Amino acid sequence: MAKQKRPQILVTGAAGALAQQVIQRLRDHCDLVAVDFREQVYLGDDIPSYRIDFTKRVFEDLFRRYQFDGVIHLGRIQSSQLTRMRRYNANVLGTQKLLDLSHKYGIQRVVVLSTYHVYGAVAYNPALIDESAPLKAAGLSSDLVDSVELENLANIYLWRYPDLNITILRPCNIVGPGVRNSIGTLLASERAPVLAGFSPMMQFIHIDDMADAIVLAYKKPVRGVFNVAPDDWVAYQQALKLCGCTRIPIPSVPPVVPRLLLKALRLKSFPSYLIAFFKYPVIIDGRAFSREFGFRPQRPLREIFHFYRENKKPV
Amino acid sequence: MGLATILKRKLIPAEIDEHINRIQKPIGSLGYDPWGYNNEAIKYGFWLTRLIYEKYFRVEAHGVEQVPAEGPVLIIANHSGQLPLDGLLIGYALASRQEPPRIPRAMIERFFPTVPWIGNLLNEMGAVLGDPVNCAKMLANGEAVIVFPEGVRGSGKLYRNRYQLKRFGNGFMHLAMKYRAPIVPVGVVGCEETIPAIANIKPLARMLGIPYAPVAMPVVLPAKVHLNFGPPMYFDDLDIPEEQVTERVEQVKAEISRLIDKGLSERKTLF
Repeated sequence: MAKQKRPQILVTGAAGALAQQVIQRLRDHCDLVAVDFREQVYLGDDIPSYRIDFTKRVFEDLFRRYQFDGVIHLGRIQSSQLTRMRRYNANVLGTQKLLDLSHKYGIQRVVVLSTYHVYGAVAYNPALIDESAPLKAAGLSSDLVDSVELENLANIYLWRYPDLNITILRPCNIVGPGVRNSIGTLLASERAPVLAGFSPMMQFIHIDDMADAIVLAYKKPVRGVFNVAPDDWVAYQQALKLCGCTRIPIPSVPPVVPRLLLKALRLKSFPSYLIAFFKYPVIIDGRAFSREFGFRPQRPLREIFHFYRENKKPV
Repeated sequence: MGLATILKRKLIPAEIDEHINRIQKPIGSLGYDPWGYNNEAIKYGFWLTRLIYEKYFRVEAHGVEQVPAEGPVLIIANHSGQLPLDGLLIGYALASRQEPPRIPRAMIERFFPTVPWIGNLLNEMGAVLGDPVNCAKMLANGEAVIVFPEGVRGSGKLYRNRYQLKRFGNGFMHLAMKYRAPIVPVGVVGCEETIPAIANIKPLARMLGIPYAPVAMPVVLPAKVHLNFGPPMYFDDLDIPEEQVTERVEQVKAEISRLIDKGLSERKTLF
């Protein structure tokens, strides 16, 4: 009997902790190629790893060299990284190139990582926002335009090229060991800012659970957009307390005061354009994903916060 | 021992602790639900509201047992008195009944989430932003939801218009029909007298971004409050024109009007 061919998968964002977790889960059964926009990382002799700007022509050489079956696109530059223009180029134009090449080379499965930030934080948000809710973020902050554009682009390709089998995942706050996003940095810090009088409800997913979710999504080619979040919730200030962070209140009224203050302070983990996320809740409904892909998060909130509490002072 | 633990021991008697724990709310591992309800914070709220309910407003509630023991239900009442005290008192009446208690969710004005401390506090006590999606999801979760279909038209009305029902929105009826949720009408008497307002300074309200700016005494008067719960009203989920939905809303409004008249006739004194 002929030996079954191992699937060949392109994983973007390889320098990130999440991509490395995904790679760990897939490397035994799949042939992987890792790329990153920011740096080249060594992932073992069996996994070719490249540093490539997706918008450059050489990116296509990868598709010529390897016969990819699928793409897991985790290489989204977060809002706290780079300038607005560079982020737009990487996230929107880079993703467009990636999807064009995926179509050209007959890729049959694409998973795109988005973020719950696309819903935008406003006082009038209902809780348990489902996937059909409008994406308000672009109208609220120009720093989140690239995140929304990336999604819109992926959505267009999802319907225009059904053979790509695109699944877009909108996770809540991804946290845990190795995560370097703004909320992870806040939970890991000794002192964290809060807006006085505001403690919005938040959701957190452990990086290991998120990696499991991505692998589950990859393995079941169901097209569509899915929120990814556990059925558990906590107020922001309570989360900080459980992580052993000292809360530093920032005056919250009138609203212009915290905005000016944060613009002046230029805190990477508490940027002024994310201020609304620390004021108003954006609670997403992850039940559709759980039902469709049989996803059950394994790491409870207490375990996540315990990790941050115990790792305040690295040895 | 932390300050919170000491405060809890001093303020929260064991029977309140047990009473709240008996009410099985769909909450997560840290005691919160998606709308911010908190199982520990509610105990302080319950203790404080008991004082307000029993000692300050000396509430007399009739027919609270008519609220079904479980499943989705909409509690529809007249709104009055500038502050959402009526929601608080209806909520306590239901939460404090013995068999079986329920903690209902009050739909609050869209303005509250923007107010520091107050917005979060209301959420922890079970209040929820008055949005149809929120109401629908809570009914789907089998919750009891308090709705004031008059909205700010009711709570912001002047004393000279007391006990005159304003226009009811139709949204609650659509949700009741869709989720096959019974409607329990409630007539609230007494809250109109808690903060009697003689005028509303609209330009000031616009400037501050609040629904109304009443001219009233800066105190909440200890008016005696009567709550009359009516029998549940059931409506089918037939696809009917809006005109007929409005007729159903008018039926609920008429029932609330009847319950208000009952409360007014029962009332011996204002305070």
